[in-house]
Amino acid sequence: MSVLVFVEASEGKFKKSAFEAATYGVKVGTLLGVETHALCIDEAAESELKSLGDYGISKVWYVNDSRLRNFDPLVYAKVITQAEAQTNADVLVLIQSYSGKAIAPVLAAKLRAGLVSGAIDLPVLEGNSFLVKKNVFSGKAFATYEMHSAKKIISLMSNSIAPEKKPIDATVAAFKPELEDSDFRVTVKEVVKASGTISLSDAEIVVSGGRGLKGPENWGMVEEMAGILGAATACSRPVADIHWRPHTEHVGQTGVAIRPNLYIAIGISGAIQHLAGVNGSKVMVVINKDPEAPFFKAADYGIVGDAFEVVPKLNEAFRKFKAGN
Amino acid sequence: MKILVCISKTPDTTSKISFTDNNSKFNSDKVQFIINPYDEWYALVRAIEMKEQAGATVTIMNVGSADCDAIIRKALAIGGDDAVRIDAEPDDAFFVADQVAQFSKSEQYDIIMLGKETIDYNGSQVGGMIAGLLDIPFVSLASKMDIAGNIASLERDISGGRELLTVQTPFVISASKGMAEARIPNMRGIMAARTKPIKVLPPFPSEKLTSVKKYDLPKEKAGPRMINADQPEELVALLHNEAKVI
Repeated sequence: MSVLVFVEASEGKFKKSAFEAATYGVKVGTLLGVETHALCIDEAAESELKSLGDYGISKVWYVNDSRLRNFDPLVYAKVITQAEAQTNADVLVLIQSYSGKAIAPVLAAKLRAGLVSGAIDLPVLEGNSFLVKKNVFSGKAFATYEMHSAKKIISLMSNSIAPEKKPIDATVAAFKPELEDSDFRVTVKEVVKASGTISLSDAEIVVSGGRGLKGPENWGMVEEMAGILGAATACSRPVADIHWRPHTEHVGQTGVAIRPNLYIAIGISGAIQHLAGVNGSKVMVVINKDPEAPFFKAADYGIVGDAFEVVPKLNEAFRKFKAGN
Repeated sequence: MKILVCISKTPDTTSKISFTDNNSKFNSDKVQFIINPYDEWYALVRAIEMKEQAGATVTIMNVGSADCDAIIRKALAIGGDDAVRIDAEPDDAFFVADQVAQFSKSEQYDIIMLGKETIDYNGSQVGGMIAGLLDIPFVSLASKMDIAGNIASLERDISGGRELLTVQTPFVISASKGMAEARIPNMRGIMAARTKPIKVLPPFPSEKLTSVKKYDLPKEKAGPRMINADQPEELVALLHNEAKVI
């Protein structure tokens, strides 16, 4: 028996979420009294792979197969299924990233394994019950799922558990999946990398603007704040719909759901659909000139004031703080 | 071309969420139910557009009890040709996917479409599971799809970017924003939907791999700490010292 964690790397480096998944997997392993292994399909150097040992992973399986450079959930699931058989894993852990969201259900079908997608906490064992908690109703409630199958898959919401060091000397081993040419049924023409800016779903701080900013020409101060804080920029749905900002920046029920450590909303009233996409944020700051804006009820900190006066002053204060730290 | 569009019944986006039976059941009292917006706005509408452009039959699929017939009629009013409802409680993603997979095996659909997730259980599971069970390609989080003959060109979100790909039918897609614009059914569609067939089938033998044991609501926030607009440095200090997020 073991726990197997599927980790994603980007340009040879693990993302923070890979260490979160490793920490989660190791804790599940401890709970069940078994070892935790990791599997990586993305390109990464041996030293990078070995760094998962810092978080308690005892063995890192590495797949070096150029046919896997392009993402395809069916093919990735086949590789993971074979690794699962080799490591005799009963619990599989993935991150609920764009890729994880696609792979986990395919894996679940192949293994006839129960899946909790978007887990936000460690599993709890109650007698024979294996319980995992997740967000439901777009963040308006939590549900605790009981998993009935022998094999279990958990895809973890990023930013739900802090990476925790538990150093051991990890072994790195090559894993050679058996794949046929007929497994590759999707032809990837192009991969457009989202580079240069911080991706919204990975960002620890997000600065977001709404219609209160009056026009796309006024986004300079939002981008400035994001620059100072190392944050990603976002916007509300109306702003994306009237093309002030690209749709990729739209956070909310029908846009991207985010759970950063800090969310700063400027000139956004806080409609329920917007809150559904951001209420996983640890801390929310709301700046709005309308003291009755519904967003204040959900906020941790609020400033009532005109964005065009407040934001430049706040940027100055952030800049001073950053200079002093 | 045969397209199957799976729709799920979800509470309206503005619904107040509460639970009964010692927090073990969703309280549907006074809740307005709708077609899951991702299933409707993106998957269904794109299927109808493809039908209009290239010719196709669009079958609506739902796993649920008789109270789902209202949303099925709406999907037919938007332009679905016929509908199938598997008469069972859709309370486990694997069970639902297995129903769709077993039903579609004999029907040979070219494309199976659904939304990227439902807005109630936020699972993003059923599409990938259908693909896994049928062993056909899965294009997750697709924001664009065009088809020529049996080759589809798609765009999908992947970790760190977007993938532009082609794939041969049959395949499953989960649709996200960008795929199509929402449509409101017109009077002709609503009238026509009244006579379109909804076939009701008993569930195929399967199993449920998960169940919800209990629900919780988030703790109510005490209300925000208000900071004077003239003292932004106070907010900076609080974010650093109290919230510890910068």
